[in-house]
Amino acid sequence: MELLIFYPLAGFSLMLALGVVMNKSPIGSALCLIGMMLGLAGIFALQQAHFIAILQVIIYAGAIMVLFMFVIMLLNLKGTDTKWRARERNTLLTVLTTFLALGVLYKVITVIFEFNLDSPAKVPDTFGTAAVIGETLFTDFVLPFEVASILLLAAMVGAVVLAKTKLD
Amino acid sequence: MSEFIDEVLEFIDPLFEPAFMIGSIKALVIAAALLGVVPPLVWLERRLMGRFQVRLGPNRVGPLGLGQPFADSIKLLFKESIIQSSADKFLYHLAPAVVVFTAIVAFAVIPFGEPVTVFGQEIGLWGANINSGILFIFAISGMGIYGMVLAGLSSNNKYSLMGGLRSSAQMISYELTLGLSALSVIVLTGSLNLIDLVQNQSTVPYIFLQPLAFLLFFIAGVAETNRAPFDLPEAEQELVAGFHTEYTGMKFAMFFMGEYINMVTMSSMITLLFLGGWNAYGLPLWPILAFAIKVFFLLCVFIWLRSTFPRLRYDRLMTFGWKVLLPLCILNLLVTSVIKVL
Repeated sequence: MELLIFYPLAGFSLMLALGVVMNKSPIGSALCLIGMMLGLAGIFALQQAHFIAILQVIIYAGAIMVLFMFVIMLLNLKGTDTKWRARERNTLLTVLTTFLALGVLYKVITVIFEFNLDSPAKVPDTFGTAAVIGETLFTDFVLPFEVASILLLAAMVGAVVLAKTKLD
Repeated sequence: MSEFIDEVLEFIDPLFEPAFMIGSIKALVIAAALLGVVPPLVWLERRLMGRFQVRLGPNRVGPLGLGQPFADSIKLLFKESIIQSSADKFLYHLAPAVVVFTAIVAFAVIPFGEPVTVFGQEIGLWGANINSGILFIFAISGMGIYGMVLAGLSSNNKYSLMGGLRSSAQMISYELTLGLSALSVIVLTGSLNLIDLVQNQSTVPYIFLQPLAFLLFFIAGVAETNRAPFDLPEAEQELVAGFHTEYTGMKFAMFFMGEYINMVTMSSMITLLFLGGWNAYGLPLWPILAFAIKVFFLLCVFIWLRSTFPRLRYDRLMTFGWKVLLPLCILNLLVTSVIKVL
């Protein structure tokens, strides 16, 4: 039963992930990204991690992607008037990104081969519930959590300051 | 060959388990009920609005004008669908579907009564009982914004675009208030599960413990459903009809269906969080009837608000949301948490 849901979801997410990169219009890419986030949320939900799934939808598919759509709307980008061709080939960049992509691919493949399908890792029943995530966040990872919060706050204040000087 | 068939059968076997069958039936019933409640709601709104404005409202088709919603639905179904030639066809068709779909899905986790036993099977009167039910509703209603954004983007019309922009800005701003005011109730209960929330209110509904949160949640809820006085996305005088300017026929009707279903969901949320859900508090009512009466009352309040208040100006709306509602919410949450810890 789980596989019956998992494979379509995984395929759907992968296809949409490709769509993000290969779509010609920015709106299309953004929509594919939203769809992919939803697919990922579905996979989390399938692992009984409902809380993570919902956070995925609220934060990524909801909050962040709405801002993306906002930018697209404000700039009024349309697929038809925007040429998304590679203007100049930068050889160095091409070589670098190719190596990077190959490295990631190599890592992924080795992980897949090392993974023992017969005895998958045991996940505790409470995995991904609000209580467990909250506890982990505020005990083991309290310092990184607070540092990240301060960073976000600083970014927010910075954005406000920048926008203000432009208005005046 | 037969082995292959056996394997396939084994693969889809769980589909025939009672739990799965019950779930599917529940999903169908909830979706059908939500769609079926829209025409009577439109009728109710038009009749009540008529009375509030000292006129009769629709009263010609059938007794009390009850035939009006059916006549309207049939008319909308058979109307020609006109699509602007420069519109993005795919997104244009996708937008109303997203609006209706998210509106229906959000209702999936709303419990409207205690579990009943039918044919020896205990059936909970809810679509799904997930642990973070309340967050699920916020997540899905957040997805609903995309319907409006896409409608605004794909219509290739400046009024639609403005309407879409306004709706997304408004919904993002008021979602914060909505979430934070619900959070103070969650702090009181200590659970994100809607059924726990209702069971914790069996003696006192939270409206008495959290009056400020109730008020904030209600205001944000009205704004979130794009109802008057917060119906800026579709302000007729400035934006023609906002994001659905270019829509006709059934696709136009689907935006309205989404709005009315969202109204029902929002009323149910307020009932669950603050009015004690299906608890009847000593009155001889079935749980489901108590729930329905509360939701109906709130729907009438929504309509009452629409016929009473003039529309807010857009900048006032944003200032109100960010500078009044949000600080009040945070204050309320802070006080609630402190009291809870002490």
